[in-house]
Amino acid sequence: MNSISELRRILGTCKTIAVVGLSPQWHRPSFFAAKYLQAHGYRIVPVNPSATEILGERSYPSVTAAAQALAQTGLKIDMVDCFRKTADIGPIADEAIAIGALCLWQQIGVVNEAAAHKARDAGLVTVMDRCVKIEHARLFGGLGWAGVNTGVISSRRPQQLPY
Amino acid sequence: MSNDKPGADHEYGFGTRAIHAGSVPDPVTGARATPIHQTTSFVFDSAEHAASLFNLQTFGNVYSRISNPTVAVLEERVASLEGGRAALACATGMAAQMTALLAILKSGDHIVAASTLYGGSVGQLGIGFSRLGIETTFVDPQDPDNFRRAIRPNTRAVYGETIGNPLVNVLDIEAVATIAHEHGLPLVIDNTVASPYLCTPFAFGADIVVHSATKYLGGHGTTMAGVLVESGKFDWGSPLSKDKFPEMLEPSRAYHGVKFYETFGDFGYTMKARMEVNRTFGATLSPLNAWLILQGVETLHLRMQAHCRNALLVAQFLSDHPLVGWVNYPGLAQSPHHALAKKQFRSIDGSPGASGIVTFGIKAADPVRAGERFIDACEFLSHLANIGDAKTLVIHPASTTHRQLDEAELLRAGVRPDMIRLSVGIEEADDILWDIDQALRQAAAA
Repeated sequence: MNSISELRRILGTCKTIAVVGLSPQWHRPSFFAAKYLQAHGYRIVPVNPSATEILGERSYPSVTAAAQALAQTGLKIDMVDCFRKTADIGPIADEAIAIGALCLWQQIGVVNEAAAHKARDAGLVTVMDRCVKIEHARLFGGLGWAGVNTGVISSRRPQQLPY
Repeated sequence: MSNDKPGADHEYGFGTRAIHAGSVPDPVTGARATPIHQTTSFVFDSAEHAASLFNLQTFGNVYSRISNPTVAVLEERVASLEGGRAALACATGMAAQMTALLAILKSGDHIVAASTLYGGSVGQLGIGFSRLGIETTFVDPQDPDNFRRAIRPNTRAVYGETIGNPLVNVLDIEAVATIAHEHGLPLVIDNTVASPYLCTPFAFGADIVVHSATKYLGGHGTTMAGVLVESGKFDWGSPLSKDKFPEMLEPSRAYHGVKFYETFGDFGYTMKARMEVNRTFGATLSPLNAWLILQGVETLHLRMQAHCRNALLVAQFLSDHPLVGWVNYPGLAQSPHHALAKKQFRSIDGSPGASGIVTFGIKAADPVRAGERFIDACEFLSHLANIGDAKTLVIHPASTTHRQLDEAELLRAGVRPDMIRLSVGIEEADDILWDIDQALRQAAAA
């Protein structure tokens, strides 16, 4: 279980996010999450071998291919966000380690302990069974508008407007 | 000072959450108190932003029938106090109950509910819902197996109250939850009388909690409101449940194809209740009323302690009173509900905190007439049809709140014809005892 301060640090540091398994269909959860992140200032890098472009960004067949293409423009993938089955996470974690990502994030329902362990050993921070969009809205505002218990108790004025 | 694990979030206690949960300072003005966002609508930044909001792809406010930032503070606060994942506030407790159930029920479905529910709830389920083609079987909740026996293939919810009103019976939440879960059904609990300070039904396996916030949450008899809360732990997609709740899993016809459980996970039910039921049926809570309830919630923990202390003193006083025939209060050691109260309720001064409702009957040749005389003789105990006020309230259910029920229904609801119901307030205990005593003497003397 990641603490609030740890999640705030991850979401404040990781600005370029490879979304593995991003669907081009508007009603899929991965599309919801990527669209939200894009609207909140994150660079989305779709990883989906069967798509060419999603949300205005070129789609790549693998995390490695995406990292190589971005390196040409001087960009680096900070987070690898996984919308894939738990059983498929192992090789994705290996790629995330190899490209020097800072964070391996497994979405709701995705819990590959072995992959997370391996990533942590390689110095990555890891999150499991959580949605990057929901956690962002929880900690930086917005989720409470949906009546969700964010767990945030604070007397500090938020330094960014929720939207 | 703290038992937190290193690196983990600090776990705030009930009293802190009652004051803070959901309410950080306003990001624009720095206002510390929750602003009252008295607006029907919220501007879109662009056509694209509007589309994202309507598609639920981003969080935000569109129209106050769907969500409102002031109402949202109340929702998050009650969700936090109940230990739940998410909440939805409604115009009244009855609206919250209706919304909670219609989010998972449709024509042809069936509910198993406690026969001792609040009279208004018996009316909503037994008559209101039957007109929509939803049938309810009411069972005696004292034996949890009665719920099991009434479950049918088309049952979609099991419903009960933590503390019944006015019978003041205590439900074995854990036992009934186990039965519901064996059939892949959610247990819905009305936690109005206990309030989350005394009992959190999720801790005993309940899946959805509803409140009339008009009562103890608001606490001052000023404002109508209701809240539903989901635990976030019910698996709508489990093998036992998935065929019973396809609308949680399949694309929503009522909200352009969104799959609520897949998209929102452990708050998918609340989103469904908000977008499919409250948005279209319209029993929305106003921002001002949400704000008024929030003022009450900030002192919930202190008021509930005072209600429980006073109610126990009143119950003990009545038990010893020569003019009183019987007393029912789960906080009394001799109550048949005492053991369950002890298991499920927070301890106040070593006794199970059993909230403020006490019922009794007067020893008289005509106890019904004596009860009416008692109520007329009260000096500051208020004769009215509410509970959970800071003021002590008194009523004769058989001739008022339960007047629409016939003799058999009264018996099933546990309403004896001579029953007087007290909602013990937080005035000076000596004064409450004095008024009860002088009214009893007048009732007996007449």
